[in-house]
Amino acid sequence: MDDRLTAAWSRLPDYLSQHVILSACALLLGLAISLPLAITAQRNAVIRWPVLTVASVIQTIPSLALLALFYPLLLALSAATSGFGLQFSALGFLPSLLALTLYSMLPIIRNTVAGLSGVDADVLEAARGVGMTPNQRLAQVELPLAAPVIMAGVRTAAVWTIGTATLSTPVGQTSLGNYIFTGLQTENWVFVLFGCGAAATLALIVDQLLGLIESGVAQRNRRRVLIGVAALAVGVAAAIAPSFVSARATYSIGAKGFTEQYILAYLVRDELEEHGLVGRRRAGLGSGVVFRALAASEIDVYVDYSGTIWSTQMGRTDQPGREQILSEMTTWLHEEHGIVALGSLGFENAYALAMRRARAEELGVRSISDLVRVAPQLRIGGDFEFFGRPEWAALSDAYRLRFANQREYQSTFMYRAVADGAVDVISAFSSDGRIAALDLVILEDDRGAIPPYDAVLLVSPARANDETFLAALRPLVNAIPVEAMREASLLVDREENKRSVREAARFLAEETGLD
Amino acid sequence: MTPPPAISLRGVRKSFDSGKTFAVDDVSLDIAPGEFLAIIGGSGSGKTTTLRMINRLIEPDAGEVLIEGESVAALPGHALRRRMGYVIQGVGLFPHLTIAENIAITPKLLDWPRQKIDARVNALLDLVELPAAEYAQRMPAALSGGQRQRIGVARALAAKPHIVLMDEPFGALDPLTRDTLTEAYRKLHDQLGVTSVMITHDVQEALLMADRLAVMADGKLLALGTPQELAQSGLDARVRALLDMPRRQARRVRDRLADANG
Repeated sequence: MDDRLTAAWSRLPDYLSQHVILSACALLLGLAISLPLAITAQRNAVIRWPVLTVASVIQTIPSLALLALFYPLLLALSAATSGFGLQFSALGFLPSLLALTLYSMLPIIRNTVAGLSGVDADVLEAARGVGMTPNQRLAQVELPLAAPVIMAGVRTAAVWTIGTATLSTPVGQTSLGNYIFTGLQTENWVFVLFGCGAAATLALIVDQLLGLIESGVAQRNRRRVLIGVAALAVGVAAAIAPSFVSARATYSIGAKGFTEQYILAYLVRDELEEHGLVGRRRAGLGSGVVFRALAASEIDVYVDYSGTIWSTQMGRTDQPGREQILSEMTTWLHEEHGIVALGSLGFENAYALAMRRARAEELGVRSISDLVRVAPQLRIGGDFEFFGRPEWAALSDAYRLRFANQREYQSTFMYRAVADGAVDVISAFSSDGRIAALDLVILEDDRGAIPPYDAVLLVSPARANDETFLAALRPLVNAIPVEAMREASLLVDREENKRSVREAARFLAEETGLD
Repeated sequence: MTPPPAISLRGVRKSFDSGKTFAVDDVSLDIAPGEFLAIIGGSGSGKTTTLRMINRLIEPDAGEVLIEGESVAALPGHALRRRMGYVIQGVGLFPHLTIAENIAITPKLLDWPRQKIDARVNALLDLVELPAAEYAQRMPAALSGGQRQRIGVARALAAKPHIVLMDEPFGALDPLTRDTLTEAYRKLHDQLGVTSVMITHDVQEALLMADRLAVMADGKLLALGTPQELAQSGLDARVRALLDMPRRQARRVRDRLADANG
């Protein structure tokens, strides 16, 4: 079997289990909120319109945005309530759960209102006439008669929830989406297909079982309902079992969503393991999310870059030089957030402008100053973050850069775009193996507008005094030369003979003598 | 001492438009225990509103309704309704319950013991001439219209009520079924000794079934009495026209049949 397929299978118990727990909780919570809400709305015309409208509006919010919105919201809430001794994790499960719950509500509410409104008027009159109280009418007549329509809504909600749960990876919740996001970043299409296939299969199975229950309810066939419910219960129990069997993770390792970060997360985990510690990766986090998660001690360690902290977190635009930036950053992190900057890993991964060598030579461009002249005829591509970052503002101000056109890409596709000539210039990462592989040249920052980006190991406030942990991480400091990092990334990113992230991490450990 | 009336309405009024018009306007009448009263009148005469105020499906704006001498307001509406049978034109059998479960509904709400309920269901199915062995476990959808209304009547009688209220119970049935059922119900009424109030817009049905007739128009009670009393008293022209109708129709039918034969 293909190595990547083997790797995909080996992660299935963990991913599937987390996915099922998340989807099931969201659906149950959605039901618990939607049913009473729909029943009240059906009886009360004044609130019916607002309830249905709000549920519809929620549905129109792109699901990824809804998930992303809950993180800062919960973080603020957590900070506000921590004074009262109430603290919760704003990362991962909770924001995903809330977003998915909201998402599941519309079909349930809509079908419940429709189902209840469809109950025959004579039957309702008779229910009053025989002496039922309003609650007895609801429980014995209205809900049973509306049940098939309600179940159809639950079925729709279940399929939506399972599909949308794949998007919870970037807010730190493990799900089948991990295959898709990791696969997309590392151009591992086996992973992407595997993730899609697994989520679709899960949705289909759940849909069929709920369909069985639905038809059982409609035909008042108790056996069908029982079989459906039992199969669902057994399936859920089997799927979530690995989460309770597997050892509890001790240390949580964060990573942003690109190849280098995925590799480093594995490297850190292997390093902890050698020191007898258990680490669990939470990869694919947004770069703002990951910093706040560390500051809130929701993750214990991750690798960030000095320039990023300098401009994005500290809001500095001056350029006092590499050593100065490192030391000021270390002090600032400690004083502002209690974060420990353990030290540089030994390489830099700077934002840099890159072009195809042939194109650069044709235009006579070697430095960014050379670029200014021809930029109005050129197209620039950046990753999703780049044009929103202070570095880009500093860069375009310092050189007065104006391009004909600027476009944003997922980073894998950004490299493709420059290689294909769809754009002329991209915002590359200096430690990226693809620069050499695609024969790109990095344009010299001759005015020094971009700060240095030393990769630094950051440790959360909660682990600041955990000597065992710090001791396990220290061997990584100054251990990784940029060439080794580039080579390891390229193993994953290249087209031919691709390796898995895990293998690349092992390669890096061997190269640097860490193992 | 004479027993109090089974049902007594005293100056009952009801408006659905905050007092501009009255659907029921100052209606008073007494119904004796064991009596069969038919309320007749056209659409919008207030007869259904009057009936629904007796079991508190509608609350009167003014006046009082007494059951066996006690105000209906003394009991919560649902508890009051468990003590009365209620039959409607649309029947309203619960489609998700079997025939037996439909009939058992009120006794169940009253927490009768199970054996007592089962025995009662079988007895009622016999009473409405639908053998339990064949019908008890069927679903309502598997019955004809006439059979469904028999079950409707059985359900109304299940908890042994003293009073049965019926709102055009046989209005939706074909004439032959209707004739059979009206006769069958009158027999049940006598056999069980219940007090029945039936709304109908069919004067002939009222004359054939009821002990007394109440004639309503525009929310008011125009006349009240036995068929003979109403026929003899010099009444309102509208009442007379209503009561004469069956006779006029019978004459026309006879004439037309005679023409055809001659």
